[in-house]
Amino acid sequence: MRLEPIANPTAARRLGLPVLAIAATMLIAMVLALIAGANPFAVLGQIARGALGSKLAILETLNRATPLIFTGLAVAVAFRAKLWNIGAEAQLYAGAILTVVLGTGALGAPLVLPLSALAAMLAGAALLLGPVLLKTRLGVDEVVTTLLLNFIMLLFVSYLLEGPMKDPMGMGWPKSPALIPEARLPRIVDGLRLHWGFALAILAAIVVWVIQTRTALGFEIRAVGQNPEAARFAGMPVNVVLIKTALLSGGLAALAGWSQVAGLKGHLSLDLSPGFGYTGIIVAMLALLHPLGVVVTAIFVAGIFVGSDAMSRAAGVPTYIADMLMATALLCMVLAILLTKFRVVRG
Amino acid sequence: MTEIIDILISASFWAAVIRIASPLILATMGELICERAGVLNLGIEGIIVIGAFTGWMAVYQGMPLWGGVAVAMLAGMLFGLLHSTLTVPFGLSQHVVGLGVTLFATAAASFAYRLMLPEVTSPPKIQPFQPLDIPVLSDLPWLGQALFSQTALTWAAFAVAGIVAFTLYRTPLGLAVRAVGENPAAVEAQGLSVTGLRMGAVMVGSGLMAVGGAFLTLSAFSSFFFEMVNGRGWICIALVVFGAWKPGKAVLGAILFAAFDALQIRLQQTSMGAVLPYQLFLALPFILSILALILMSRRAEVPAALMVPYNKGER
Repeated sequence: MRLEPIANPTAARRLGLPVLAIAATMLIAMVLALIAGANPFAVLGQIARGALGSKLAILETLNRATPLIFTGLAVAVAFRAKLWNIGAEAQLYAGAILTVVLGTGALGAPLVLPLSALAAMLAGAALLLGPVLLKTRLGVDEVVTTLLLNFIMLLFVSYLLEGPMKDPMGMGWPKSPALIPEARLPRIVDGLRLHWGFALAILAAIVVWVIQTRTALGFEIRAVGQNPEAARFAGMPVNVVLIKTALLSGGLAALAGWSQVAGLKGHLSLDLSPGFGYTGIIVAMLALLHPLGVVVTAIFVAGIFVGSDAMSRAAGVPTYIADMLMATALLCMVLAILLTKFRVVRG
Repeated sequence: MTEIIDILISASFWAAVIRIASPLILATMGELICERAGVLNLGIEGIIVIGAFTGWMAVYQGMPLWGGVAVAMLAGMLFGLLHSTLTVPFGLSQHVVGLGVTLFATAAASFAYRLMLPEVTSPPKIQPFQPLDIPVLSDLPWLGQALFSQTALTWAAFAVAGIVAFTLYRTPLGLAVRAVGENPAAVEAQGLSVTGLRMGAVMVGSGLMAVGGAFLTLSAFSSFFFEMVNGRGWICIALVVFGAWKPGKAVLGAILFAAFDALQIRLQQTSMGAVLPYQLFLALPFILSILALILMSRRAEVPAALMVPYNKGER
């Protein structure tokens, strides 16, 4: 078999195939439910109810979506330039560390919130700068370096939480002291458990969208991603564009850590992120790397995770079904996108 | 300093080095085959997890140990088939597909483990491979303990490295696999199937990665637990680069790397361990991997067609 480009894909092809990818994922969800000895329709229903069935469930889904919007944007920005930043997890923790450093008394209102966000972004950006310089200067593959940095960063956080950043009142539990009230992100509506981090995440998506569509940098990022050789030939400073992309991507990922600490948890612990950095890759790919699409897919992915937690308690199907479904959705979606542009022919 | 020398001359240290190196050698050989054929397999981390899980589960369900190894290999090949179907004929991004396979395989292992053992809190154990007693050699002073008290799976790992090196450099098949990673169009012109060679290489490579995983549960430890693989796959990718895509150098890299890993575990018990945080020792393998990548970057002999999909009729 070989692939033949389609000159003008029909709208049915461009929309139908991604829908088919989601449908295939749902089908696999039902098969997994059957394997687990549960009623497949009941399982899907319980996931949906668990994610959206009540005001509490919806707020939980939006809270879970907040860091995923940030990490999804971080990945989308980087992947657009074919910069493979798989280190959003480490950048998230870098942001979280700075949030705790500045938010536990070093700074007071009104500066603490904006400055901790800025410091977090700088930390995340700095963390990605290393792998990108290694890529542009020495040709070291950034996938492996950013992946390895995730492990190093988690050990560093573990060290901080047992050493210099240990909460003296933590009863031996490895966590940082709590942020001062002024360093916490307030709730959007009093009494509802949803913080301003969610609104800021949507704002970040709009800003990224504006950068990508309305600025020279956005144009350069796309050009470098599509064909670095052609971009270089056209006189574009490819390495500078990659470095700018990295700073933006690392900064966005760090905001996920900032909003988790300042908005939700109020302190740093080793379970701050159950892999938000990795899930961000799925969020970004499902959104076809579109920044506004990231908001939608982040809520969808968060819903699957929150819904699966609830379903698991009721139906006894392991929660890992959510992780399997997300990986399936990722693989189905990349195949679907390819088939919107190419047709498979024999020979 | 004397503490380090004491460690380095102890037989148990070298026995540990070889034990730690074995799964790395198996998985690194797997990745090396994939990359020599032109396919970067980032599914490695998840495929090691699948191998560790399926091999262990097969033995836990009553199969013999070698049966567990075979099951792990087949499971790995299945994931290799998934990876190579998407990356070779369809030519999808090897980065995205590889990460997708890792996420899927890791989640599948966790899902299946929880499904089959819903209530357990402490992971159940199996009877793992025992060290082989080799007449004369195992009884040698020092050397007997350091080199000749290993399990059959360790011997298999070194044998696999030899077979991979021989096949790649001394057989027509190996020549074809290497050529397909350098110049697929020329291979096609010879009447050989680029798709077939690449998919075959990824499947065999993935099978070896899974056997590396099975080593963890069937030889090194006796049970399966979540996060037991803990980045070993990514380290193997660094080892392939460090070994300049050559089996012999990659084996040396794995042994060197295992030596540092064995050393850091022992240093934690010394006066150094009392001063330095243990996390620094645990981070050492990852830091070394990054350093290895930097060190080799200047003279890396990357297969020319690595990560370049091949579509017939396109020039």
